[in-house]
Amino acid sequence: MADILRERERQVYRKGAQPFQLDCEKQSVAGSVSQRACVFCGSRVVLYPIADALHIVHGPIGCASYTWDIRGALSSGPELHRLSFSTDLRELDVIQGGEKKLYAALCELIDAHQPKAAFVYATCIVGIIGDDVEAVCKRVSREKGIPVLPVHSEGFKGTKKDGYRAACEALFQLVGTAPTDGISPISINILGDFNLAGEIWMIREYFRRIGVEVVACITGDGRVDDIRRGHGAALNVVQCSGSMTYLAKSLQDKWGTPFIRVSYFGIEDMAQSLYDIARFFKDPYLMQRTQDLVRQEIEAIMPTVVEYRRKLQGKKAAIYVGGAFKAFSLVRALRLLGMQTVMVGSQTGNREDYEQLRELCDEGTIIVDDSNPLELASFLQEKEVDVFIGGVKERPIAYKLGVGFCDHNHERKEALAGFAGMVNFAREVYGTVMSPVWKLTPRKRERALPKEQPE
Amino acid sequence: MLLRHTSSEVVERSALTINPAKTCQPIGAMYAALGVHNCLPHSHGSQGCCAYHRSALTRHYREPVMAGTSSFTEGTSVFGGQANLLQAIETMFDVYGPEVIAVHTTCLSETIGDDMVQIIGKAMSEGKVPEGKHVIHANTPSYVGSHVTGFANMTKALVHYFAEPSAEEKKQINILPGWVEPSDMREIKCLAHRMGVKVVMFPDTSDVLDAPQTGTHQFYPKGGATVEQIRSAGASISTLGLGLSASTRAADALEEKCEVSREMLELPIGLQATDRFIEAVRTIAGVKVPDIITDERGRLLDMIADMHQYVYGKRVALFGDPDQLVSLAEFLVCLDMQPVYIVTGTPSTRFEKRIRSVLDSSVPSAKVRKGAQADTYLLHQWIKQEPVDLLIGNTYGKYIARDENIPFVRHGFPILDRVGHSYFPTVGYRGAMRLLENILGVLMDRQDREAPEESFELVM
Repeated sequence: MADILRERERQVYRKGAQPFQLDCEKQSVAGSVSQRACVFCGSRVVLYPIADALHIVHGPIGCASYTWDIRGALSSGPELHRLSFSTDLRELDVIQGGEKKLYAALCELIDAHQPKAAFVYATCIVGIIGDDVEAVCKRVSREKGIPVLPVHSEGFKGTKKDGYRAACEALFQLVGTAPTDGISPISINILGDFNLAGEIWMIREYFRRIGVEVVACITGDGRVDDIRRGHGAALNVVQCSGSMTYLAKSLQDKWGTPFIRVSYFGIEDMAQSLYDIARFFKDPYLMQRTQDLVRQEIEAIMPTVVEYRRKLQGKKAAIYVGGAFKAFSLVRALRLLGMQTVMVGSQTGNREDYEQLRELCDEGTIIVDDSNPLELASFLQEKEVDVFIGGVKERPIAYKLGVGFCDHNHERKEALAGFAGMVNFAREVYGTVMSPVWKLTPRKRERALPKEQPE
Repeated sequence: MLLRHTSSEVVERSALTINPAKTCQPIGAMYAALGVHNCLPHSHGSQGCCAYHRSALTRHYREPVMAGTSSFTEGTSVFGGQANLLQAIETMFDVYGPEVIAVHTTCLSETIGDDMVQIIGKAMSEGKVPEGKHVIHANTPSYVGSHVTGFANMTKALVHYFAEPSAEEKKQINILPGWVEPSDMREIKCLAHRMGVKVVMFPDTSDVLDAPQTGTHQFYPKGGATVEQIRSAGASISTLGLGLSASTRAADALEEKCEVSREMLELPIGLQATDRFIEAVRTIAGVKVPDIITDERGRLLDMIADMHQYVYGKRVALFGDPDQLVSLAEFLVCLDMQPVYIVTGTPSTRFEKRIRSVLDSSVPSAKVRKGAQADTYLLHQWIKQEPVDLLIGNTYGKYIARDENIPFVRHGFPILDRVGHSYFPTVGYRGAMRLLENILGVLMDRQDREAPEESFELVM
């Protein structure tokens, strides 16, 4: 067991006899090799999937380079969001201010691409040199006749969560700016799905089948004009609550639209989400269609899932994700596959999240907030984990230890949402847990040796 | 079509970079610091910078990348980053036990004016730096230069902090490899070793970012130049700096500080550049070139002769970093190919001159652009105006390659969608053979794929 930073002792909890105590929503200790990112990162991942908008990063080139098309948020139409636009601030701009450059860049871009809206991301340095991004945006908006929205995402102004909030604030300005004629009373906005690997298309198809109109997808496969009339939807359906609850609450306050939290991940949560939505509309036919859909879908996938469960029974999983809400669904989905979650953590969970995780998990499970590679590696070894579920920085750590890995973040290659997603998830977990490569790795080989000796 | 947004008409842009052919300084500094044994790179700025750099390097190398961050907050940006860095230094020595902490700055800490020398001095006087351990720094403002500049600055910092002048000369030469892959550094060392020359190489990321699977997570992998080695660089016979953009600063600093004479060479990519490298090592160390190397050269030459009919006259577009581009262009010319478009986002003053000296006799009309607005968007526009037969660049070239149906060889940083670069070098004669193999592979695959059935050939 590696040393845990003294200051971090209270950010690690082992479910057992001791009373539940877990510090979270703390600043990372300076010098910690944290897996966390910044405000800009939060804003950028949330808004980026809006495919017909301009996304221009106002700052030195790095922030634009590192976020150029790294998230597989698919679009069924325009792909303007996959280009990288930056004001590429230089030393002279830092001294003289970058407003002129931003103005010129916006005008050049809008003339060239005729986007439906523009998002301007302020980076660290913009907050320090004091550019009035808001004023530039207003001016360009007036001159070009499209919404030009500042995103206050200076990296140092908090955590990724604050970036989500800045993104929500920009989105909030868009909603309510277009007419809502012709929207069905049975209608929703999908909040907090980013269409990784085409997941929102699967979810939309479910809604089409049960007869619920989707007004706006926020933001996966998102379109500016849809978001502008989002206030016409009867209900906001919020996944990834960490990023989108703020927007849902704002919309409730201003437009009176209620919202519910959902998760599309795993059979139980997916079915529950559809039922919750059907129940909201109090329409027996809608409920009937939903039940039919759930039955059909489960019938279709269950034999495969059962087959995987037979093979994966008793295997151990560790989870480290950005937002804690996703972890709930993962724990349940893994359980459905007969697997036990022995470690679970997130970069940005809050007290409520961790409390809920504790209730959900088995005795002995390690629950951790804002972890780092040393800790993660030691937990993986201590618990003899078979699969680690995380993001880009976690993958090579798992592989070096001879542990299987499944990306449940930006780099997922298979749709993991919905009923079909459960099968994909099972296949992916099975593929990595059972890979013959681990039998060749030193750690597993050593572990296997003593067992061959007679008692 | 993904890049339907690219028009063939080039409108001069005054303020905008689209699809950049560069990134910012700090990641270069982080990469260089990883080439020091037992070293923990540290990003003095917001948490996101460090996360982005680690992610980018992890995607490129498929290896764990460790680095600390000062985790700036709103308060830090007002009161300065001293308190954060002091705490970070203490925390890192305490928990991660590095021998060296290599701090690089960011746009944020540079703009608020943190004084690294003063803060590190304070950390030492307050006893936060344990005996025998080191904190070094490089200033790497993101709004100056590019990632290559950051690499150059951290390499220079290694000289500044560690190299020691010595009255006694050691029978060894320094090689500053420039920003190349771990595989390239390994190959350069191997060439010198075969010539019987003792080499001090820094940075050296071999055995750090190409670490074997051992079933354990090595926080500090076994590779990297040791402090002791870098210290002894001041006593070496001479310094060979490879890559003018990446290595000149460190080579100059070493000459100035320790009076070690230096010779600057372009990266040994391609036949002629490798010839010059071998010749330089031979001359400086006073050794003979062994047959094993001469034969390697002969095999490369043989391969070029065998296959020259397939590459002759092909038009090539290149983008990436100045040092790579100059040598690649020279190699392409040697293959009788036509590097017609060359773009780097790095604002290097000597780049144009260097590249023209390689191209002028054979491709005088080549379009070359560097610095602001020299991005892959512009390159794509040029290609739309007059197509090319081959594209060479980092992974981001795949958009253009797909859109325009151009055979594509990945080279440079970052490569996010293929493996090989960390294991197989492109420097030296063997590296050149691999490059040629890759070039031929994509050209001939295309021919096989697209040739009409009657001219689809078995023997090529």
